[in-house]
Amino acid sequence: MADLSRRKFLAGTTAATAALTLGAPNVAAQKKGGTLRVMPHADLKAVDPIWTTAYITRNHGYMIYDTLFTTDASLQIKPQMVEKHTVSADHRKYSFTLRDGLKFHDGQAVTAEDCVVSLSRWGKKDALGKLLFAATETIKAVDRKTFVLELGSPFGLVLDALGKPSSNVPFIMPARVAATSENEQIKESIGSGPYRFVKDEWQPGNQVVYVRNGDYVPRNENPSGAAGGKRVFLDRVVWRHIPDAGTVYAALEAGEIDYWEAPGLDFIPRLEKNANLSVIVTDPRGNTGWLRPNHLHPPFNNKKCRQALLYMIDQDTVLQGGLGQSKYFQSCPGYFLCGDGLPYQSAAGAPAKPDFERAKQLLKEGGYDGRPVVLMDPTDYPTIHGPTLVMRELLQKGGLNVDLAAMDWGSLVTRRAKKEPPPAGWNLFVTWWISADAMTPAVNAGLSGAGDKAWFGWPTIPELDKLRSEWVRAVEPVRKKQIAEQIQLLAYDEVPYVLWGQFKQPTAFRKSVRGVLNFACAVFWNISIDA
Amino acid sequence: MGSPPTDSAPLEPSLGALAGGDLALAGASARPGGTAWRFLKRNPTLLAGLVFLALIVLASAGASLWWTRDPQSMRPIARLRPPSLEQWFGTDHFGRDLYSRTIYGGRISLAVGAAVAVISLIIGTGIGLVSGYFRRLDAVVMRVMDGLMAIPSILLALALMALVRASLQSVIIALVIPEIPRTVRLVRASVLSLRELVMVEGARAVGAGTPRILLRYILPALVAPLIVQGTYICASAMLVEAYLSFLGAGTPPHIPSWGNIMAEGRAYVQLAFWIILFPGLFLGFTVLAVNMIGDGLRDLLKVR
Amino acid sequence: MLPLILRRLLATIPVMGVVALFVFALLRVTPGDPAAIIAGDYATPQDIERIRAALGLDRPLLVQIGIWLGQLLRGDLGTSIFSGLPVTTLIKQRLEPTAALTILAMLLAVSAAVPLGVLAAWKQGSWIDRAVMGIAVAGFSMPVFWLGFLLVYVFAVWLGLLPVQGYTPFSAGFWPFLRHLILPALTLSLVFMALIARMTRASMLGVLGEDYIRTAFAKGLAPWAVLTRHALKSASLPIVTIIGVGFALLIGGAVVTESVFALPGIGRLSVDAILRRDYPVIQGVILIVSGVYVLLNLVIDLLYLFLDPRIRY
Repeated sequence: MADLSRRKFLAGTTAATAALTLGAPNVAAQKKGGTLRVMPHADLKAVDPIWTTAYITRNHGYMIYDTLFTTDASLQIKPQMVEKHTVSADHRKYSFTLRDGLKFHDGQAVTAEDCVVSLSRWGKKDALGKLLFAATETIKAVDRKTFVLELGSPFGLVLDALGKPSSNVPFIMPARVAATSENEQIKESIGSGPYRFVKDEWQPGNQVVYVRNGDYVPRNENPSGAAGGKRVFLDRVVWRHIPDAGTVYAALEAGEIDYWEAPGLDFIPRLEKNANLSVIVTDPRGNTGWLRPNHLHPPFNNKKCRQALLYMIDQDTVLQGGLGQSKYFQSCPGYFLCGDGLPYQSAAGAPAKPDFERAKQLLKEGGYDGRPVVLMDPTDYPTIHGPTLVMRELLQKGGLNVDLAAMDWGSLVTRRAKKEPPPAGWNLFVTWWISADAMTPAVNAGLSGAGDKAWFGWPTIPELDKLRSEWVRAVEPVRKKQIAEQIQLLAYDEVPYVLWGQFKQPTAFRKSVRGVLNFACAVFWNISIDA
Repeated sequence: MGSPPTDSAPLEPSLGALAGGDLALAGASARPGGTAWRFLKRNPTLLAGLVFLALIVLASAGASLWWTRDPQSMRPIARLRPPSLEQWFGTDHFGRDLYSRTIYGGRISLAVGAAVAVISLIIGTGIGLVSGYFRRLDAVVMRVMDGLMAIPSILLALALMALVRASLQSVIIALVIPEIPRTVRLVRASVLSLRELVMVEGARAVGAGTPRILLRYILPALVAPLIVQGTYICASAMLVEAYLSFLGAGTPPHIPSWGNIMAEGRAYVQLAFWIILFPGLFLGFTVLAVNMIGDGLRDLLKVR
Repeated sequence: MLPLILRRLLATIPVMGVVALFVFALLRVTPGDPAAIIAGDYATPQDIERIRAALGLDRPLLVQIGIWLGQLLRGDLGTSIFSGLPVTTLIKQRLEPTAALTILAMLLAVSAAVPLGVLAAWKQGSWIDRAVMGIAVAGFSMPVFWLGFLLVYVFAVWLGLLPVQGYTPFSAGFWPFLRHLILPALTLSLVFMALIARMTRASMLGVLGEDYIRTAFAKGLAPWAVLTRHALKSASLPIVTIIGVGFALLIGGAVVTESVFALPGIGRLSVDAILRRDYPVIQGVILIVSGVYVLLNLVIDLLYLFLDPRIRY
């Protein structure tokens, strides 16, 4: 059984915000019908949430797929598709039984075999999934609604893995679709989730259309985060992609769209003043910003040069210049974030303040020869573009010869996968993750030191992976905290990546939109529109 | 959006116009100062255009003289401030001074415009001269030019930018290539009519080689229409650079061109419209000036 | 007549050939490896090889050209790298907004500019003439998107009369369709209006000096009758030309205008494809747009035959 004390520790001070839905708590009062017009944070380019970790594809996944377990608003793991599950006394054998009435959009019932194949595909891609399957001996369906997972070695995070809230989420697909190689995109988008994907009306770059899945059987519980009953009140949800933030702002105010997932922080003061709009932060834990160096090639294959980065990147400057509204950001020295509900926050090992002279000195010690350092810049992604430009100035000031490579986010995602040295490859790029993807050593992909097999940047820090395995195996919270701090100290020494700040992303929507849920990702069930 | 075609169609200048143009210039050189001034006075468009352009060039070239600060320095504390006594054009979302950026931005935009005009004129003239003179080459070249002209110039420029890494040089090349066909057609048409001229036949009879004929007899007659064409190319290039930057496929973002400044201000149209306002005014003003110069020169040099 | 039409039609083939060649070269000249782009983040070298073989990139160049031309003739423009949808589907989805936008802009431009140009020519030298010409030259000097934002701010945000963005298809009702298109069409047409006005004026000036026009005035015909029935007809040739040439300008302008007003048209499709290096889509769009342009010019060439009986090729 999952470690209840650990869950309680996580819940901690977020108990006050736990299981709260915003808007009408009384389900019966929510009006049925209508179309919700959403401006999502990005354009949906790929539809396979296992093939890519892109958040927009994950959101798409939440619309049309369902998961075995999921996380609620206080990050507790709750069953979703699973009716009941049992764990053997030695914690080695897990048995899961599905709920009744689960059907795919093509009418076929969801079977245990579908789950096994879907999980196997997910387990080949996802960081936590890989850890799970490395410890798994067998996983197979026992009958139509039950499957069994047998561990070969101890692994305490089985349910955490199956209920993982963010990329990659173990969505359940039909076995024939999940049989696709994990290096190819799936061709059909059939799930068992609360909405269906209307492929005929999909216009990439313009709109994505979802309609209510009338066959969906929600759990008989109140919704909380992604857990509980996923009741759908709307007829349609349309994701309209509008390239101009200024136009989106005008459209929201004019009532041409209903919901803006990620407004630029500069718009927030005006949006807050508008009496027709609500502005809330659906994920109070926030996001963490990373500057990721390429450990394969000079200069950042040298530890001293990486450490130099620590003295150049001043979080306050980057946040203020790149994002703007101080109400929604804070500097945070913790690799596992800071704030309520974040158990591994720590300031251990962080440099006291920026020091450009020290940075230049470290560069010299690291043997930096003045060669151009390629910093990739996604001009179409304001949350990253702003900080990138500010960091460029800081890096230049710190003595680096920065070559700013402007491109779009899609191209960046492609280019960051290249292991060649620049100019074809890269030296630095900027990104961010939601707290759920970085707050523990197990989920944090950037803290893996597995070299070639690690996340883009490919740090080779075997000590880091040893500590991570230790953390996974550890059981007491005190010991886990200790190890986490050791990991952080090591991170400040080896610098797998540099932190540039922690920030929250508010969401804005019209007051007539009710039932918006508090969760790390934008989800669209439980939402209704008043007349 | 590509250079606007001159008011005449077809674009080939007429023989009489060219001759007339030569005479006019000859007349002007007889008594320099006085005649030139009289021409200018009779041609208010040209005069106004020249004055406007001179102002802009002075401002940009001597940017540091005009009470500007470093256009790149970011002061996050002062972001998104409206125009005030301290920051005449306000600040952008990084706290950079927009007045300085606009003045310095003029350099990039003007440089791009001038470079594109000069380069496309040179290449276009070269191809046009050769194509107009050598019949067999002509057929192939004209098909290729027609093909290039069939692709709308912004799409062509964008597609070219998709092939390369964004840099000032690649932007200039991407802007030059769509302009070449028009210049080639212009030059080729005049070459076609001029090669039948008596003086050319005479030169050939005397044994003058082809390059000599091209350079001594044909090229001088092209100067007037080429200059006019050049001004239109310059104006159009400045606008298209702005469009490319606006769409995100132009000048790299940290280089302040007017197009880039406006592209960054896109999101802030309602929060801080001054980011788009001033570069837009300057760009429009400059393009207007260059267009007016083109119009004035065309009337002055009697190019059809 | 028929052999003439046929000859003009045949002349378009080599032009489209050049376009097709350019478009073909686009994918092969790229610095990146298209197979790697398609394969995605986590692809192994074997995956990339597999995709390269599927794309036919491992065959000799001539074979590739042959295959590609064969696909073209069958109407298969390839598949988008990112969405996996066929390019023809993508283009079909986005055709209506761009067509509606350009046609409306063209109508606005012509109906406003021609009378203005005629007026300016008739009153040559007067303040009307200077005013019209002044506004015209200013019109094509301003950046299109700057004008667009200005119009949006004034009419949609401040006055609230028109929508900020978006497109409603014609099938959903004429008035909503028009409301969403007025501002973008106006923005796009302004540049075109300026050109047509100048062209009309220049052309009319040429015609107004002719003897038969002065005769018509001397006969006592009303000025507007002279202008429209006699002068304009003769002057219409160059005007029609500029409409053809202007189509290319309109498409270019549409690319920017669609971005400002968030219209889901071909312009935005091509910009998105280009920014993402989605080469099959880029190729398809360029082919289609150029094809339409060539066709339009063909139609205009043939129109010449009816407008000016003096022309015989």
